[in-house]
Amino acid sequence: MSSKPNLQHVNTKRDAPQARPALSAWRDWLGVAPFLLFAVLFILLPSLSLFAGSFQDSKGNFTLQNFVDLMDPSILGAYWVTIRISLVTALGGGLLGFMMAYGVTVGGLPRWVRSALSTFSGVASNFAGVPLAFAFITTLGRTGMITVLLKYIGLDLYDKGFSLYSFWGLSLTYMYFQFPLMVLTITPALDGLRREWREAAENLGATPAEYWLKVALPILTPSILGTMILLFGNAFGAYATALSLTGGFINLITILIGSQIKGDVLHNVGLGYALAFGMVVVMAVMMTIYYFLRRRSERWLKQ
Amino acid sequence: MVEAMRRNTFWSWFWMAVGVLYFILPLVATFIFSLRAKKGVLSFLAYERIFQDANFWETFTFSLTVGFVTILVSLVLVVPTAYWIRLRLPHLRGMIEFVTMMPFVIPAIVLVFGLIRVFSGAPFFLTNTFVGTNALLVAAYAVLALPYMFRSVDAGLGAIDVRSLTEAAQSLGAGWPTILFRVIFPNLRVAILSGAFLTLATVIGEFTIASFLVGIKAFGPYMSLIGQNKTYEASSLTIISFLLTWAFMGLIQLFNRGKSDGTLAGAH
Repeated sequence: MSSKPNLQHVNTKRDAPQARPALSAWRDWLGVAPFLLFAVLFILLPSLSLFAGSFQDSKGNFTLQNFVDLMDPSILGAYWVTIRISLVTALGGGLLGFMMAYGVTVGGLPRWVRSALSTFSGVASNFAGVPLAFAFITTLGRTGMITVLLKYIGLDLYDKGFSLYSFWGLSLTYMYFQFPLMVLTITPALDGLRREWREAAENLGATPAEYWLKVALPILTPSILGTMILLFGNAFGAYATALSLTGGFINLITILIGSQIKGDVLHNVGLGYALAFGMVVVMAVMMTIYYFLRRRSERWLKQ
Repeated sequence: MVEAMRRNTFWSWFWMAVGVLYFILPLVATFIFSLRAKKGVLSFLAYERIFQDANFWETFTFSLTVGFVTILVSLVLVVPTAYWIRLRLPHLRGMIEFVTMMPFVIPAIVLVFGLIRVFSGAPFFLTNTFVGTNALLVAAYAVLALPYMFRSVDAGLGAIDVRSLTEAAQSLGAGWPTILFRVIFPNLRVAILSGAFLTLATVIGEFTIASFLVGIKAFGPYMSLIGQNKTYEASSLTIISFLLTWAFMGLIQLFNRGKSDGTLAGAH
């Protein structure tokens, strides 16, 4: 996630000859064997098992029916809500996070603001799940502090159609861990914008707006999009926060998988595996895009 | 230009204020609420009740222990591997890095689903015993910790001259265990500590995987249960867990002074 340049490749090529050239290749492989064994057992095997399970019917025969069943409106709806909430919070959290990171890098805020911001971003991006849901219920729930305060001055949020336990309430809660993550990942990219580029643009007669639209933003776009993909994934897989906030009464794909694990609510185990497999596919597509974007952004932001 | 600069700072302060309010309001509200367990006065009654609850200490100790074991397991997995690919198998770097990124592709709920399907039946039957279930929990957390453990250890290795250190140790007659435990590990202390605290911060309150594998034995599910029937205690737990997160992040920053990242994780 960091966009630091990779210098270690240079090192390994140029340096002294290998420590003990006599050791054969298979003994070299032995050094990474424990790690690979762990990865096979606890990453590959579970994924393959879900993958295989999604092609089986209840008697264990091969079938594609589970993927046909994924097209059921309630399941497609769950995917759609999950994707929408991930998009909304990635965009909203990303925008706020970018503005804050901009403020402390190029925006001219004093130095102490920057270090305070980086501490609090570290804390807030890791403050999630059950306690985060509690905090928002106490703040914006039906009898939450802000809700009551606003009612006191004449604005009844819940009368106006807001509910913390709905799509927008959940989005607002997710954004609490989304925007700090944006701050943490985009700050190094903003630091990478060189003063010379701005000066060159100004010397050529560019206004600040032109500099941003034609120089800075194009350079930053891969980093911004890449980070937004991380935010997307962050919200896409979220389960604890959503469950504690809504008690399970929101049609998210993670909630659906959770209830399927607890007790086959879909009455079809294979469909449950297909659901989970579908999540991995969405994330894999996202991470592939992320990978290419990161390569593009590293080209510009090398020091 | 001066005019433009001033407007610039105004908007910077504006967005900063929005973010800070967003960050602070839920905490302030929760804190004030947590003080109101006794009618009519502000008190720490909710905190006292939590600290007197045996289940709080039991679940917290359980999750803390699981956290420490996870750190040990992931260090044993990650440090020798990262060291070895730097020294001997640099062409494997991309592949190993890819594996460590898998938790970003496989959400926790999907991971635990797969783990249960594989390990609850033949030939493993891990979920039939306490030891087996706890081992599975540690393994799942070690997977979740992989991205940032590998990242921080690998960055730590990048900052020292692995090859020269290894050769120097070998020329003094050291074997591989000595090199790893007496040369490489001590040099990675800072990197290891920040990875370790991030793991603790994630594992202690983790809910998704814990709730399916060990249920109410772990701290995350315990907090969830309290939230269902005791509102004041739940908000005091929220404040406690926030302070814990703050403490872990503060420690990481203390060790990482001067370096930028290292605080990225996620288990939501």
